[in-house]
Amino acid sequence: MEKKRQKTPQEQRYQQQVKEKMPRSKTLPQCLRAFVVGGLICCIGQAVRAFGENTLALDPDGVAALTAIVMVFLGATLTGLGVYDKIGAWAGAGSVVPITGFANSIVSPAMEFKREGLILGTAAKMFTIAGPVLVYGIGASVVVGLITCLLAG
Amino acid sequence: MEWMDFFWAFVIGGAICVVGQLLISLTRLTPARILVLFVTVGVVLTALGLYEPLVELAGAGATVPLTGFGYALGKGAMEGAMEKGILGAFTGGITATAGGVAAAILFGYLNAVIFTPKTKK
Repeated sequence: MEKKRQKTPQEQRYQQQVKEKMPRSKTLPQCLRAFVVGGLICCIGQAVRAFGENTLALDPDGVAALTAIVMVFLGATLTGLGVYDKIGAWAGAGSVVPITGFANSIVSPAMEFKREGLILGTAAKMFTIAGPVLVYGIGASVVVGLITCLLAG
Repeated sequence: MEWMDFFWAFVIGGAICVVGQLLISLTRLTPARILVLFVTVGVVLTALGLYEPLVELAGAGATVPLTGFGYALGKGAMEGAMEKGILGAFTGGITATAGGVAAAILFGYLNAVIFTPKTKK
């Protein structure tokens, strides 16, 4: 812990300047870009859902699976082509939060570590981020399932 | 009405991404932590019955963000538990999300093998 002491006027002026120059004002445009790109990605997902419901006449589970598979395919392929990272540089969380970002988090490190071999490089590094996501997601779902058993039983 | 589906998918999906952006910008959480956080929050909100209405309103706007992955896990586990008891509590979540996870593994692996990273400028 730093000891508290009175700041000299010079320091105060300096900190004022730092505050003004700090990229805090970037937050709003970042949020706008995340909103637009995230919204558009979800609209692509909505188009896949509509296609599954209307054209393929799938049941709700089928529609959900189809949407996930197509979106993951798009995210993984665009990452491989180097396009997704360019979108991500502009969109921030707009490209991270959708499931396409989950696919991106699998392909990026896997590509990066390919030189360490197809097993301990590619295959192992696929799960540097996806692994924790699955651990917490699936873990939480089992807990929720067990609680449901208790409440219903 | 079809166009309203897209409108709500855009608005809700975008809004969920804004929450993620605010967390990244203001708290400096890394994207990896955002992903873990969103999936877990999705499971919890689903268990509390709070996420289902969002899915009904926004469709893909609620299921495509990673909270929707958590929703599919949580809903699957709860339905499994109701139908098959403890066994269903274990199998329900992965069963509901099997398509997406299998696709992520196959397409993720293939893309990583086929492509090499683009040099960053």
